[in-house]
Amino acid sequence: MDAIFLQILNGLDKGGAYALIALGLTLVFGTLGVVNFAHGALFMLGAFCAITLEKILTISMKVKDESITFFDAYKEQPYLEIWFGDFGTTIIDWSVPISILLAIPVMLLIGLVMERGLIKHFYKRPHAEQILVTFGLAIVLQEIVKSFFGANPIPSPAPEIFSGSAPIGVLLGLGESVVYPWWRLIYLLFSGIIIFAVFAFLQFTTFGMVVRAGMHDRETVGLLGINVEHRFTIVFGIAAVVAGLAGVMYAPILPPDYHMGMDFLVLSFVVVVVGGMGSLGGAVAAGFLLGILQSFASMNEVKAIIPGIDQIIIYLVAVVIILVRPRGLMGRKGVMED
Amino acid sequence: MNMPLLKNDWVIMAIFTVAVLTAPLWLTPVGAGYPDLMQKFAIFGIFAIGFNLLFGLTGYLSFGHAVFLGVGSYTAVWSFKLLTMNVLPAVIFSILLAGVFAVVIGYLSLRRSGIYFSILTLAFAQMSYNLAYSVLTPLTNGETGLQLTMDDPRVLDGPVGQGLPSTQLFGIEMSGYNGFYFCAVMLILGFFISLRIFRSPFGLKLLAIKSNQTRMKYTGFNTRPYLLTAFVISGMYAGLAGSLMAVTDPLAGAERMQWTASGEVVLMTILGGAGTLFGPLFGAGIIKYFENIFSAMNDGRLHEIFAFLPDWLENIVVAITGEFVGEGWHLTLGLLFMIVVIFLPGGVVEGIRRASAYVKGIFQSSGDKDVALSAEKE
Amino acid sequence: MSDDKSKTSELSRRGFIKVGAAALTAANMPMFFVKDAWAAKDFRNNPGNAGSVKFGFNVPQTGAYADEGADELRAYKLAVKHINGEGDGGMLNTMKPLTLKGNGILGKKLEYVTGDTQTKSDAARASAKRMIEKDGVVMITGGSSSGVAVAVQGLCQEMGVIFMAGLTHSNDTTGKDKRRYGFRHFFNAYMSGKALGPVLKEEMGTDRKAYHLTADYTWGWTQEESIKNTTEALGWQTTAAVKTPVGAGDFSQYITPVLNSGADVLILNHYGKDMINSLTQAVQFGLRDKQVNGKNFEIVVPLFSRLMAQGAGENIKGILGTTNWNWSLQDEGSKAFVKSFGQEYGFPPSMAAHTCYVQALLYANAVEQAGTFYPPEVIKTLEGFKFDGMGNGPTEYRAEDHQCFKDVLVVRGNQNPTSQFDLLQVQKIVPRSEVEYDAKIFGGELGPYEV
Repeated sequence: MDAIFLQILNGLDKGGAYALIALGLTLVFGTLGVVNFAHGALFMLGAFCAITLEKILTISMKVKDESITFFDAYKEQPYLEIWFGDFGTTIIDWSVPISILLAIPVMLLIGLVMERGLIKHFYKRPHAEQILVTFGLAIVLQEIVKSFFGANPIPSPAPEIFSGSAPIGVLLGLGESVVYPWWRLIYLLFSGIIIFAVFAFLQFTTFGMVVRAGMHDRETVGLLGINVEHRFTIVFGIAAVVAGLAGVMYAPILPPDYHMGMDFLVLSFVVVVVGGMGSLGGAVAAGFLLGILQSFASMNEVKAIIPGIDQIIIYLVAVVIILVRPRGLMGRKGVMED
Repeated sequence: MNMPLLKNDWVIMAIFTVAVLTAPLWLTPVGAGYPDLMQKFAIFGIFAIGFNLLFGLTGYLSFGHAVFLGVGSYTAVWSFKLLTMNVLPAVIFSILLAGVFAVVIGYLSLRRSGIYFSILTLAFAQMSYNLAYSVLTPLTNGETGLQLTMDDPRVLDGPVGQGLPSTQLFGIEMSGYNGFYFCAVMLILGFFISLRIFRSPFGLKLLAIKSNQTRMKYTGFNTRPYLLTAFVISGMYAGLAGSLMAVTDPLAGAERMQWTASGEVVLMTILGGAGTLFGPLFGAGIIKYFENIFSAMNDGRLHEIFAFLPDWLENIVVAITGEFVGEGWHLTLGLLFMIVVIFLPGGVVEGIRRASAYVKGIFQSSGDKDVALSAEKE
Repeated sequence: MSDDKSKTSELSRRGFIKVGAAALTAANMPMFFVKDAWAAKDFRNNPGNAGSVKFGFNVPQTGAYADEGADELRAYKLAVKHINGEGDGGMLNTMKPLTLKGNGILGKKLEYVTGDTQTKSDAARASAKRMIEKDGVVMITGGSSSGVAVAVQGLCQEMGVIFMAGLTHSNDTTGKDKRRYGFRHFFNAYMSGKALGPVLKEEMGTDRKAYHLTADYTWGWTQEESIKNTTEALGWQTTAAVKTPVGAGDFSQYITPVLNSGADVLILNHYGKDMINSLTQAVQFGLRDKQVNGKNFEIVVPLFSRLMAQGAGENIKGILGTTNWNWSLQDEGSKAFVKSFGQEYGFPPSMAAHTCYVQALLYANAVEQAGTFYPPEVIKTLEGFKFDGMGNGPTEYRAEDHQCFKDVLVVRGNQNPTSQFDLLQVQKIVPRSEVEYDAKIFGGELGPYEV
């Protein structure tokens, strides 16, 4: 029972990450009709926003270790700590949450530049070419990151007060042994908030209304004298920000490396398709569904019955859904089936 | 076919055959004239030609074609282990088994089209890869890859002497240049079949499906069997390519089935020019050349290459180019994809066409030039 | 067989392309017509009377192990310098017995070519083939995974070129998949288990329940088996051993079952990115602060490296594991190597760099000692070769399986690092006699000298 409860939490947590990545992907596909293989790279760039900020905050005074003569071994003390004492330490400790403030403008800018500079020329091109050019862009972006930060993952811990586990078992009356890391709970909450914000934005603002109308029928909206293109640029920026924020907050869970975007790319496409191409609600539902299924498939009890099931569960679900219900969980009938 | 001179298929075949068989001559000056890379050119050429029969003709973008490559390789190595080191049974079994896999995967995947088809093929390939890497290890030898061992039965061969036997075709060893010529003959055969398919009524039907499937269906034409046939043929090409990888180097690893490997053949085909006869070959050549030659450059080699420059300039040039070779070869590849897709959507073949049109334009009087160019564009 | 492989006989079969044959023959002339003065017969890539000879450095330059590969390459470049008599000589000053003279190998200047393994068997073999067929190398070395090592080693046996393995830890490399032309200086999973045994007993007692998380591929399995054998011999129970997909990223679904399993030790049979992720997440789940069965919960990572410790950050502190070598060692050989590496590049070498540097030197020295590049003679010189002064105490290349036997380091993540490189602390140097085993237990066959 405890085990199942914990696996549901794991699944929700994973699902939160999948949903955030898939959300941006499907938003871009639904509005712009672009298959963006560089979306994983945006997730990665978000995580590196956190790394960059931490590097900036921890620019250090280096005290040389005199016992070592043939290379510069030194003990570092960040200037922030020297200047501000404990306050400086706290700022560094909180660098991951603080980097959200950095990531929003940076990712928005990256998104806008990407759309204006490259993607907009590909709206009318075949999907195959969109895939190739964005895939090329993804490689270029990750190689640039690699040349600055190396290939090795870089640790970026969460603030000290979130480092332990929450005794949720006690709170919920499930016994002491049920605990869950604070940071993962925060991630879950965070993904919920972002998802809600994106939906609210599309649902309750005029801007959102036009975008949704554009998703249904771009031509008619254009004929009504509304500059759809202009708004779609902003949509792309929003998708980039959502992916970036997913990356920032994920950094303490998964020490970022230059390749992490590619690792999530295939998976996020599967999530989008299972949810239904271009369906935002579907992407979110599919993200959580696949996260939970993956968690359960990894349990020893399940693996004892079907060996290796945790290796293929995601793809198996994708195959079944596409064959049985091609428009995905929540896709509209007849949309994007070709 | 877009080169007006080469109207006659036999002329095309003759030129192609000569070009392939003399490859060691014209590849040596660019540093690619050694057996292993030439084998890779031929093998991935076959793979890409086969992929192009599906994607180029029908427009169905399979993102899981590497699974057939992997199946072909595993089958071939098992044939070497169980039956004989002769390559013919290995090649035949590989093509057949890849065909069987293609029937199953194709039958299911072709129930959908567009991006759904892509995701289905991707999912099948990823499942195969993940299982081959882990729980199927008794069959595939997992991470290490399936290899020959001394105590393999090899029931058709007599007892071997010291050391592992080599793959052979009736006594001719299939390593080095022999291996290349075997692959080259297969490439020529594969190209010939692909040419015939392009020209056949079957090929035309596939093209019709690509341009408007709905209309085909409304005319009472059942597209599914044609698509499945194309898919299976294409899968068999991949199986052949996989078996040749094992023929020239008897080892089969799971990573051959990874989605990046499937992606590679997609990139090759689009880079060269999807739907053209020669495009996939160019694409395969370019990517393999990058992977093997650019990745092997280091600063020392660059200094040799740019030694003719004055010292200060040499150092600058080496420092800049150094970012793009060696460990930076992925960066160059990424940039190349972008440049080709942005400026040459038809791939390298379109580049060649434009260039030849331009050259022709120079030789004609300026009055005819516009006419010639616009004619070329048709 | 070796006659068939020489290029002359192959070319003569292809009558239909005489021109190409002629051109190629001309191009390759110096390679195979000039017989080596010492050798009994000709062999592949015989340097003959050429003034220089090439090594092939086949390391991961792209992919997850690119940083490790870069460090290996640095070490190799340093080894080339030292062998050619440039720089301060590094371990040439401490290696015993030493035949190298610091004037290249057998008077020939040492050069090198590089290639990218991408940590994929196919790419690694393609790259090795390029080095052998195009660049004419006499020896190939490098790599950062066992799959690649086994694949390249098999190729080198077929091609008759010696392979000096880089970082590879699976028992198979010198066990079931051992080859006459392959040599490994690095230690293996079996030794890790043996070395950890006494330390685990000392630190954690004999009444423990272990939970394994194991990367689901060959290396993971051999390590799990080796560690299990050791811990069960101590009297520990194994609660569960769970396989995790390679590159899983998020391991939470594998970690939560540990919480309530009753186990009090978690053993992570992961390497590289998987290890960094699983350890980071296990610590996040509070495993290290836990009390189970009245004991402190412990995490063990049997194979460690400094680069991985860097990636795991704070989480590595206090964690036990083994390494092949660490730069803080104080013997003469290690000091000499750390000094020249540090002066050249500005930071200390990793254990991958160390094993690669040593491998390059060992091969060069064996050639010098054998007086020829003829591989069978070089192999015979390396087999059973005993040496010292290269960082791991007295070491022997065992003839039966081409595995180096030497002391193994048990290390612990440093609680109070004095510098940014001071991440691992040597807990115990386990003497060679405690990690030795009978070569027969893993099976396998080396194969012939002549190919």
